[in-house]
Amino acid sequence: MWNLRDKYAIAGIGHTDFTANSGATVLNLALQACRDAVLDAGIDMSEVDGVVSFNFGDSVPSIAVATGLGLPAARYAVEFSSGGNAANLIVQTAAAAIEAGLATNVLCFRAMNGRSGFRLGGGRDLNSRGITQYTAPFGWITYPQAMAMWCRRHMIKYGTTSEQLGTIAVTCRRNAVLNERAMMRAPITLADHQASRMIVEPFHLLDICLESDGACAALVTSAGRAKDLRHKPVYVMGAAYGGGPNQGDDLFDAIRWPDHAHNYAKYIADDLWRSAGVGPEDIDVAEIYDCFTYSVIMQLEGLGFCREGEGGAFVQNGRIDRDGELPLNTHGGLLSEAYIHGFNHVIEAVEQLRGTAGSRQVPDAQIALTTAGAMTCGSALVLRN
Amino acid sequence: MSHTGKPVPVPDVDSAPFWQGCREHRLLIERCAECGVPRFPPSGMCPHCRSNRVEWLKASGRGKVFSWIVVNHPVPKDIYRLDVPYVVALVELEEGVRMPTNIVGCDPNAIRADMPVEVTFDDVAADLTLPRFKPRSQSEE
Repeated sequence: MWNLRDKYAIAGIGHTDFTANSGATVLNLALQACRDAVLDAGIDMSEVDGVVSFNFGDSVPSIAVATGLGLPAARYAVEFSSGGNAANLIVQTAAAAIEAGLATNVLCFRAMNGRSGFRLGGGRDLNSRGITQYTAPFGWITYPQAMAMWCRRHMIKYGTTSEQLGTIAVTCRRNAVLNERAMMRAPITLADHQASRMIVEPFHLLDICLESDGACAALVTSAGRAKDLRHKPVYVMGAAYGGGPNQGDDLFDAIRWPDHAHNYAKYIADDLWRSAGVGPEDIDVAEIYDCFTYSVIMQLEGLGFCREGEGGAFVQNGRIDRDGELPLNTHGGLLSEAYIHGFNHVIEAVEQLRGTAGSRQVPDAQIALTTAGAMTCGSALVLRN
Repeated sequence: MSHTGKPVPVPDVDSAPFWQGCREHRLLIERCAECGVPRFPPSGMCPHCRSNRVEWLKASGRGKVFSWIVVNHPVPKDIYRLDVPYVVALVELEEGVRMPTNIVGCDPNAIRADMPVEVTFDDVAADLTLPRFKPRSQSEE
């Protein structure tokens, strides 16, 4: 279990514009976001000696960023071959590397041309080796198709409805309207959600996140160092990564998963809350991984915001509105801000805890939750100001 | 449905008997020869007792629907455009393992959780047979 409560902090954040066609290389996007995170922190570039990232074969290695930024000596430049489940893991890993003496100031980033370049949601390659030989030949190919299977299972077991999923899409869009970074800023209604075309039942189009070009970065350093820098530090209280038994042979594979009506979240909840020393009731703002609407419901249940099976009802009646009991995805999430594979949730959490979120600011936000992942494994952070 | 242009399984050492079985219209499931626990997909090592001793069990071909989706939007579009809507399901076999497959011979809207199904072998190419599933009437049991 994470035992570094409050010892490390996010001292700087950076991001590019989020667009459908960046007109830039992924390397250039990564460099812009990373440079801006270092400038935002206010430390000298020469002090950065670590870079941690994750990608799906669609981005640049961490050493490329170290090279592009002219870092004099990257002592810890590594990346995870992973999906969005690693978006919080890279922050956790950066802090652990500093604790171990492997680096002192570590950039974390995710950069992708997710719309104009490699489209993650548009279908994997049709190579049917390994585990894919049991899925793709049956026309089970894309991530929306993979995750619809999970959503259906939740509906079977608990009676969750499409309207409940739609509430999440509408809530995210309402927040995106206030967010100048967001790609989708036209308000939508539940009726729009229900009328949007069926992509793969039970998912309508508006249950599915965006595809985006862009990059996000954060600079992680020790709490002591962060206190001397430009911004109020955002401390990492708690952190957890993992999943249950049978996480599968790759991200898509969940053939042996115990029951798709719940996901990784229930398996990391104890570690997350115990490491943070707080519980769900203490969260002021929650940035929950929303590659699909349903994944929010399973994470709310798994992390103990409500009981298993009650997530559909939980999100209704304004509870997750910006002025509700649990303000959720205040930037608009992956559904309406952008799909930077979950790392944009970290950026937003930092903005909320700094109090710099402008018109979408949750008053007096002190503790934020970020989560990353939708299926068999994932990561989460509890952050505070 | 035609299989032209669609993903074709590339058998490996672990999976070859499964795909060969399909070609012979036999649904074969790998089972640990030490502790007897069946598993899918085949993996060559038992995750319970870590034995490498493998045997193949001929499954009954009967199972029930664990979860399912209806694909309305074809991806890739040119390859699946004539097939939509089609159903992908996770079917739980009587032997206790779960398997991705298609449900055929049934209106997609008629599918229900725990619906009894049985295997139907689809010879989609000269050297490829896919194990799909169709509804099984209770009276056949």
